[in-house]
Amino acid sequence: MKPFDYQRATDADSAIATVSRDPEARYIGGGTNLVDHMKLGITEPGKLVDITRLPYDSVESLPDGRVRIGATVRNSDLAAEPVIRQRYPVLAQALLSGASGQLRNLATTGGNLLQRTRCSYFQDVTTPCNKREPGSGCSALEGWNRHHAVLGASERCVATHPSDMAVALAALDADVLVAGPDGQRTVPVTELHRLPGDEPEQDTVLRHGELVTAVELPSLPLAARSRYRKVRDRASYAFALVSVAAAVEVTDGYITDARIAFGGLAHKPWRATAAERALHGAPATEEAFRAAADAELAEAETLRDNEFKVPMTRNTLASVLRELTQQEGS
Amino acid sequence: MTGATRATSQGPERVEGRAKVTGTAPYAFEYPVTDPLYLHPLRSGIARGRIASIDTAAAERVDGVHTVLTHHNADALNPIGDPELAVLQSDGIDFRGQLVGAVVAETPEIAAHAAGLVDIRYERLPHDSEFRDDANIVYTPDADASPMLAPDLERGDVDAALAEATHTVDVTYTTPPEHHNPIEPHAVIATWDDDGLTLHDSNQGSHLVRDLLAPLVGLDKERISVIAPHVGGAFGSKGMPHGHVALTVLAARRTAGRPVKCALSRTQMFELVGYRPPTRQRVRLGADSEGRLTATEHDSLEQTSRFKQYAEQSASASREMYASPNRRVTNRLAALDVPAPTWMRAPGEASGMYALESAVDELAVRAGIDPIELRVRNEPEVAPVSGLPFSSRNLVACLRQGAERFGWQDRDPRPGTRREGDWLVGTGVAAASFPSLLFPGSLATIRHESGGKYRVEIGAADIGTGARTALTQLAAEGLEVPFEAVELRLGSTEQPNAGLAGGSAGTASWGSTVVDAVRAFRAEHGSDPAAGVETTAGAADNPDLGKYAMNAYGAQFAEVRVHADTGEVRVPRMLGVFAAGRIVNPRTAHSQFLGGMTMGISMALHEHSVVDGRFGHVVNHDLAGYHIAGNADVGSIEVSWVEEHDPHVNSVGAKGIGEVGIVGTAAAIGNAAHHATGVRVRDLPLTPDKFLR
Repeated sequence: MKPFDYQRATDADSAIATVSRDPEARYIGGGTNLVDHMKLGITEPGKLVDITRLPYDSVESLPDGRVRIGATVRNSDLAAEPVIRQRYPVLAQALLSGASGQLRNLATTGGNLLQRTRCSYFQDVTTPCNKREPGSGCSALEGWNRHHAVLGASERCVATHPSDMAVALAALDADVLVAGPDGQRTVPVTELHRLPGDEPEQDTVLRHGELVTAVELPSLPLAARSRYRKVRDRASYAFALVSVAAAVEVTDGYITDARIAFGGLAHKPWRATAAERALHGAPATEEAFRAAADAELAEAETLRDNEFKVPMTRNTLASVLRELTQQEGS
Repeated sequence: MTGATRATSQGPERVEGRAKVTGTAPYAFEYPVTDPLYLHPLRSGIARGRIASIDTAAAERVDGVHTVLTHHNADALNPIGDPELAVLQSDGIDFRGQLVGAVVAETPEIAAHAAGLVDIRYERLPHDSEFRDDANIVYTPDADASPMLAPDLERGDVDAALAEATHTVDVTYTTPPEHHNPIEPHAVIATWDDDGLTLHDSNQGSHLVRDLLAPLVGLDKERISVIAPHVGGAFGSKGMPHGHVALTVLAARRTAGRPVKCALSRTQMFELVGYRPPTRQRVRLGADSEGRLTATEHDSLEQTSRFKQYAEQSASASREMYASPNRRVTNRLAALDVPAPTWMRAPGEASGMYALESAVDELAVRAGIDPIELRVRNEPEVAPVSGLPFSSRNLVACLRQGAERFGWQDRDPRPGTRREGDWLVGTGVAAASFPSLLFPGSLATIRHESGGKYRVEIGAADIGTGARTALTQLAAEGLEVPFEAVELRLGSTEQPNAGLAGGSAGTASWGSTVVDAVRAFRAEHGSDPAAGVETTAGAADNPDLGKYAMNAYGAQFAEVRVHADTGEVRVPRMLGVFAAGRIVNPRTAHSQFLGGMTMGISMALHEHSVVDGRFGHVVNHDLAGYHIAGNADVGSIEVSWVEEHDPHVNSVGAKGIGEVGIVGTAAAIGNAAHHATGVRVRDLPLTPDKFLR
């Protein structure tokens, strides 16, 4: 690990100024991903600015029904918030399915969004990786790609985004509040992460020095009956092979609204708009659920080891929708 | 844990239990030493070739770097026939991740940072690191080089018997490479001084480490001390010293007496301390209409490394397990440019019995015979190949008692017919067998301190099994004194020679040594000895060795649930019933069986080291990528054992229990998964994608 400077930020403006000025400076929250990267030699920041003492550590219910989650709220605390558990169960379930209890106690909302892929080749500096070292090649493309993308990938990168929380936020149409040297802006969470294209090294649309300060959840009554289903190789502490975040509204046996996002399939949390369109106005039947999945997966391109993700996604979406609509009917 | 697990609360608690749970028991890396330096290994970035150049200047300029060691400046080591220990002796590269140097520095962080600044250039040669059907160099292992070797077996006419059989199966099973991941990583502290060399080392046998290192570094054995008071697990990976030990010894020669500490990272352990080799096993069984085996054929292909042969004979599991007049057993090796495999918990048996016991289940399904009944019908009277009588064999009792406890009688044999909610439910069974070994040559010293207090010394290793406690018990029992009156010392070459903690032979070998040494002490000093008298003695020769076939047995039962939509596999319930001679300490024995079965669940569902043939490395080389069963993967595991008195195995009457617990578990789970789904998966691990429809 390369030697580095460390300072603890006491106010946001100076933290942003410090990092913006120094291309080698990075923010650090819970450190559950960045510190690993420093140990593995994936990144070698010259300076760390610790933002965990900034006043972003609370969950607020806003007068208009929205909920604002501070960027430094810990994943385990957020999952336990009554307002999240009651109004956005999909988010609480996603948080609790991520990592381990120890990691959730440290990981933060902002950091969770910005965590990087766990692609084994990205994490191993002795193998080529375009995301880590642009232009060096993608080892996963012809290598072990069981966990890799089937939607939205490019020849340059087939990595998947690892976050569970972000998948739930994508289904909920959450906004990300960002502060930077030029002021504040709001980025829909579905537009925060990029597809790899020709620049897989760019995970998000954030510029250097920009700081995530909060996530805002819209007022969304149908989210009160929502579900996160994560399919993985073991029962806990594993990244998703496939995950589904979903909320649906059913009236008289027909689907009137559906919010669906997939995890484990793409370089970003995948908002399944084609599936949503297919479900809108459709009867709440197994056939409709599977047709919706197929609509979304029509563009899927599989690799040597991940063909299974297509049927697994179809089945998992059908299973989740079945459960949600049966629950609705009862 | 549910159910009335037999006798788990009986037997003394671990002597060192309090020290371990309060964190005061020192493990190798934690041993207090003065002014240590820290070693970070340099490893090869290619799988085969040679080092063309190695530039250490930038690393040497880093503040706090003491030495950068390479093949250019390392001391010569004497050749002792183990290529793994001959580190830095040439510029040759035999596998990716091979040790090619070391940075020694004032802190681990400085050493790691400087290691990244060493510039190594290579001349590459073509390599083959991927175990495949058409693996490049397949050969019959050399008996001289492999103590676990049994030559090919051909009895009767297998082909004719198969042609005439009423029921046959002809199936191929594969098992992947698996890596030991003990809680305590491999670690060593080496200190050279005028008296010689001291190692604080995490190992399964300090005397073996000493005896191998002495000729390697050209010291008399008496000038090397190896100390391992506590070892946080090993599973075979710490049975033989690996390259990092030799590397640390070489580095410590240059530090003017300052100790050098080396702890391997998880990722480094995937390349440097061995693994269970992958296998491809074809099993052909033929049976008559009653399910009696007429032919048994088991051909195994396993991976070894080109630079160092290792053979573990997985097909040998089929030599003596069931009666069968016609039998063919062959073991072949595929030599690749990979790290050397080594023993991993039940080496050979774990892989081989997975294939055999899965094939037996397939035969039972085909013949329409209950799998327990089929096994009982194939019980041999005597060991089928050697013709020796069994010292004791209670496999049928394990199967019968297990069936009763598990509720087997209510089982509907039809696969894929039970469903609870979204889950398909099935049950399966498999038999387990592991040889009862005895390692000769151990000595124990029995000393009467005063006032009825005794000290017992034996250089055994307690790698977490409870050996310290079991041996204390056996000594107290032999001396007819309270448990608390015996102080047992082990884990060091300061104590009398003791064999390896391996092959599940510890309690049998060291235990009979202690028991016989106690007898010798009493014979010499009587029942009222003076303070300070002592006797050092070994175990008497076992007159029954070679006259009996000696094995521990077991029956594994599993309930498996497979999610109908996602293919996720869960094991909510397991039962293991064992016949393993005398159970010295029910409390620690229960833990051993439980641990073996847990590792078997892990083998069945998760463990798989994925090799990328282009680079020659294990891609998922950390505990996020290499999955081991976690708490949520392990449901209820019930363990019990049948009463067994075996006077032949050794003077304790104990058989090995550490390894028989894993044997059979993966097959029982695979058989149950088939029963649940109708899908027969023949390639471990049983991941969800293999059950998707």
